[in-house]
Amino acid sequence: MTDSKYFTTTKKGEIFELKAELNSDKKEKKKEAVKKVIASMTVGKDVSALFPDVVNCMQTDNLELKKLVYLYLMNYAKSQPDMAIMAVNTFVKDCEDPNPLIRALAVRTMGCIRVDKITEYLCEPLRKCLKDEDPYVRKTAAVCVAKLHDINAQLVEDQGFLDTLKDLISDSNPMVVANAVAALSEIAESHPSSNLLDLNPQSINKLLTALNECTEWGQIFILDCLANYTPKDDREAQSICERVTPRLSHANSAVVLSAVKVLMKFMEMLSKDLDYYGTLLKKLAPPLVTLLSAEPELQYVALRNINLIVQKRPEILKHEMKVFFVKYNDPIYVKLEKLDIMIRLASQANIAQVLAELKEYATEVDVDFVRKAVRAIGRCAIKVEQSAERCVSTLLDLIQTKVNYVVQEAIVVIKDIFRKYPNKYESVIATLCENLDSLDEPEARAAMIWIVGEYAERIDNADELLESFLEGFHDESTQVQLQLLTAIVKLFLKKPTETQELVQQVLSLATQDSDNPDLRDRGYIYWRLLSTDPVAAKEVVLAEKPLISEETDLIEPTLLDELICYIGTLASVYHKPPSAFVEGGRGVVHKSLPPRTASNESTESPETAPAGAPSGEQPDVIPTQGDLLGDLLNLDLGPPVSGPPLATSSVQMGAVDLLGGGLDSLIGGPNFVAPPAAAVPANLGATMGSGLSDLFDLTSGVGTLSGSYVAPKAVWLPAMKAKGLEISGTFTRQVGSISMDLQLTNKALQVMTDFAIQFNRNSFGLAPAAPLQVHAPLSPNQTVEISLPLNTVGSVMKMEPLNNLQVAVKNNIDVFYFSTLYPLHILFVEDGKMDRQMFLATWKDIPNENEAQFQIRDCPLNAEAVSSRLQSSNIFTVAKRNVEGQDMLYQSLKLTNGIWVLAELRIQPGNPSFTEYSVHD
Amino acid sequence: MIHSLFLINSSGDIFLEKHWKSVVSRSVCDYFFEAQERATEAENVPPVIPTPHHYLLSVYRHKIFFVAVIQTEVPPLFVIEFLHRVVDTFQDYFGVCSEPVIKDNVVVVYEVLEEMLDNGFPLATESNILKELIKPPTILRTVVNRSTNVGDQLPTGQLSVVPWRRTGVKYTNNEAYFDVIEEIDAIIDKSGSTITAEIQGVIDACVKLTGMPDLTLSFMNPRLLDDVSFHPCVRFKRWESERILSFIPPDGNFRLLSYHVSAQNLVAIPVYVKHNISFRDSSSLGRFEITVGPKQTMGKTIEGVIVTSQMPKGVLNMSLTPSQGTHTFDPVTKMLSWDVGKINPQKLPSLKGTMSLQAGASKPDENPTINLHFKIQQLAISGLKVNRLDMYGEKYKPFKGIKYMTKAGKFQVRT
Repeated sequence: MTDSKYFTTTKKGEIFELKAELNSDKKEKKKEAVKKVIASMTVGKDVSALFPDVVNCMQTDNLELKKLVYLYLMNYAKSQPDMAIMAVNTFVKDCEDPNPLIRALAVRTMGCIRVDKITEYLCEPLRKCLKDEDPYVRKTAAVCVAKLHDINAQLVEDQGFLDTLKDLISDSNPMVVANAVAALSEIAESHPSSNLLDLNPQSINKLLTALNECTEWGQIFILDCLANYTPKDDREAQSICERVTPRLSHANSAVVLSAVKVLMKFMEMLSKDLDYYGTLLKKLAPPLVTLLSAEPELQYVALRNINLIVQKRPEILKHEMKVFFVKYNDPIYVKLEKLDIMIRLASQANIAQVLAELKEYATEVDVDFVRKAVRAIGRCAIKVEQSAERCVSTLLDLIQTKVNYVVQEAIVVIKDIFRKYPNKYESVIATLCENLDSLDEPEARAAMIWIVGEYAERIDNADELLESFLEGFHDESTQVQLQLLTAIVKLFLKKPTETQELVQQVLSLATQDSDNPDLRDRGYIYWRLLSTDPVAAKEVVLAEKPLISEETDLIEPTLLDELICYIGTLASVYHKPPSAFVEGGRGVVHKSLPPRTASNESTESPETAPAGAPSGEQPDVIPTQGDLLGDLLNLDLGPPVSGPPLATSSVQMGAVDLLGGGLDSLIGGPNFVAPPAAAVPANLGATMGSGLSDLFDLTSGVGTLSGSYVAPKAVWLPAMKAKGLEISGTFTRQVGSISMDLQLTNKALQVMTDFAIQFNRNSFGLAPAAPLQVHAPLSPNQTVEISLPLNTVGSVMKMEPLNNLQVAVKNNIDVFYFSTLYPLHILFVEDGKMDRQMFLATWKDIPNENEAQFQIRDCPLNAEAVSSRLQSSNIFTVAKRNVEGQDMLYQSLKLTNGIWVLAELRIQPGNPSFTEYSVHD
Repeated sequence: MIHSLFLINSSGDIFLEKHWKSVVSRSVCDYFFEAQERATEAENVPPVIPTPHHYLLSVYRHKIFFVAVIQTEVPPLFVIEFLHRVVDTFQDYFGVCSEPVIKDNVVVVYEVLEEMLDNGFPLATESNILKELIKPPTILRTVVNRSTNVGDQLPTGQLSVVPWRRTGVKYTNNEAYFDVIEEIDAIIDKSGSTITAEIQGVIDACVKLTGMPDLTLSFMNPRLLDDVSFHPCVRFKRWESERILSFIPPDGNFRLLSYHVSAQNLVAIPVYVKHNISFRDSSSLGRFEITVGPKQTMGKTIEGVIVTSQMPKGVLNMSLTPSQGTHTFDPVTKMLSWDVGKINPQKLPSLKGTMSLQAGASKPDENPTINLHFKIQQLAISGLKVNRLDMYGEKYKPFKGIKYMTKAGKFQVRT
């Protein structure tokens, strides 16, 4: 007899019978009945109707029966909230039971009853249990706080349970610590800003101690919590690493991976010269390899993480290529991941082995895997130059197999190889052309057409080949259509005499018979180019293409750094930051790697550069995806929408608001300097105040005596927000001209070109006096400094705050917006010294509402120094006198828009200076 | 943390569900079924599936999908490890883990799951402790069906310094057995040279000792073990400094240690396969011949040899004669299986014959990969040897035993 007997039904109606049995006098019968009820419940039958009868059985000394009733309660209390109240008393009583097992069981169960009415009654018992003498009860109660928080967060905060929970982090029992950490982590996830796990060196020490003694699951929670801590210096980082390293030998793969996360993160802070750094690197490899001998599901998660680790620190696994070789009975998801990592680890040293493996894979049964293997061969060719020839011959061998999808995949990658190594392997074109008919996938057709167009002069019957494609033009996908159009135009430019008819045909097909705007537009552009200036057309269409790079699928460094902080989490499986997929409203805090401490920093040693990516090569490579402007005309193998709009047109007609300024100034004429006078002074004071204190800050000696004060450069546009472009800058005024000193840094993987800048209308009509001149394309990791001259003849609009400036910067990737505050003193003109008489007269006329007073503290300068320093920023001393031992300075300045500002400065010797400001226009 | 668990059989029926927090509708599994449909085989269902509001993490064992539902960011390895632990526990409790067995023991299953997680946090996952809390079904109990399977005890082990060992253990025969088991994973290429070979080793123990024994195990050649994962009972510091395993063992069966000898070390390959498989373009007959022989066996016998191979689709049938053992060929799945048995070095086993191919079809472009299973008793192929086992803390003299065995793991020969 087994439990299956509980499922036998009788004719009379199950519920009815059970009810009778539950109310039986015999204990045994009762228990059997409860068992039957539970069995029905587990398979999803509704037995909620028996609620009162089951609850009646709760008052019992029999532990088994009690447990069974608890199980039932957890499941059905929600649907019977009124009835559930009946159970409260028993819970309260059980929480006082002498047996800790019962106390723990009660506190555990009551947390699972998700009924608002009941939770209030449970606060007192829970509070007792959190302080229970038995650690088993305390640890259960810790989890109960998390449960309660899930049901009623406010209640938990009001009752002070969170503080009690924080205290439990210092509990003497490691399991209690682990559970408290787990509960706090879970609560913190729904309150990202709550700072629940505020870690300091003491609590870290507690956690590290508990780490050695708690269960494997507790270790995971503690390690994940440790990973959020930022050590104060490299010594602390090292000592934490030392205590975490033994976890790498744990049998539980989740513990291992969480430990890897902590180490990968804290390693950032260690100097590469340190012996310990090398030791740590060596220690990381074996556990990662071991993860690959676990069950396939674990392997998959491990591989996704290894993919990140290999990109961040290729040196860890560079000798372990073989463990990523694919076994033919690996699940497909493991195979694909292994393949990816093999390519990342491919280098000149192991390429022969890798290629032999890839060739082997290309004959396997699984189509997806075979395709990826063929593609991988192409990627190897591009990545390891020395192997390119061998890769090409391998691909040719594969084409000979005539297996349809292998051939198509091979042609797609050969196209990339042509682009990487121009004029080297074109001899294989003949072989490719033989397979023209078997291509039925758009990507392969497009690739082939690109090859035919690009090498039209070497293919005798290029026109026939392209013509054959043209027959079914309308049935082709957009990708193929665009490619065909470009290829035929190329052909025409190369062999104009024979192909006039063909080009006419394709242009009319593209412009008249197609309703695809991309195709039509491109058709028109070509048409116009060809008809107006064939030489220019040649220059554009047949322009030399930038080389492609091998590392196209690398994750952006900023994202990679963030993902390294998420090793072992879902984010690491998806290779996306949690903000990209965690459900909205949660507000995710971005994590970042800790900065390396400066103390014993050394310059990056060359071997840390990603394998096979010598930095010298980078300037002239761009990604293959074809989403760059330069590519738009020539190579459109990517989806048609991927490119940004054409450069010139968008600058003049795009973003209405920002560029409207340019149009206004044309209409209003260059002398359009008429600020709404009433509005300006009202706000001027506040801005002035801060501006002035900036000027006084010169004490530290930052500025030069000759020019006006220059603030240090601040980051205006972080790389995260601008697809890798980082802009920092400041404003200067030198001999009458204002300029914006910019520093542009390319933190993306691709070259940036076509920079342009625009200002929105602003309070003082600031506008660029010249276009943004970035002479050479900006390569990855390159920085340029540019001084952009400004004038104040732009159109005017009052901003809030007054000195707010909104800027748009465009490059080949996108348009980015940011705003910054400019210091007002850049607007102080050189002829701002007012005549003494005039000063006196004006001073009297200033209405009260235009006056303001400020105090500038901690300025250890005397009147002379202040005067000369202010003068260098175009604030002039009109008069000076001494009243009751205090120096009084009378200053004037004039803004670019003609507003005068008059000021009285009272300097108390050795003490804070006092100023009085007046404004006049 | 872990929200819910669904058990799904291979025909796509949910036959058990368990929720540790609020109830998640079983319709969430529809996303899983979609993925299952896309994957051609059950093994290929991706282990992590995102849905609009949840994530489904699954493992596939014993033809059952164990699908965990999570709602917040939880380390996926934690969930997958836990699911494997659930399967191991079921196996430990019921001997086998299958749909009928789980259905037969549904109440125990439900109670065990309840003890394993609390609000999605792991509670008791050590089978020693679980068995104290919930008694596994025994023949006696199922027949009489009177005693309860819920224990009335505090899981004291959970709070001691050695949570893996229960207190008050008593045996009349005190014994400690250790099995050193090594599996070779290897890929051998056409010409017989090794592409990659590595060893996954474990030391499984069965310790039945009274009281609180403190054991030390030392090796002749501990340097082999540079990549190891220990049971929590092993004192790591002692290993770091002296390369000695020092531990208070759990009671009963447990895995003391698993280790990995990487592909960079030279791994001895104990068998070789000579093969001659050829398809000819013109003929509808192909030739098939394989011979298995011993290579580096350190004088031990290779036994339990089984050769399997997935033949190409174009092979209609095979007519083969083995020199020993029995063979089968399934013309539907194209799976060839040859149960060889022992290898006698004097008379090497071989399997010869012809394959009939689909008439007119071109020759298959993929060559079959040969999968090999074998066992070698009394040998740890890595050369690992236990030096001695000592016991402290208890007075009696235990009976000690150590066994070695080498097996084929994923051992593949390409042809």
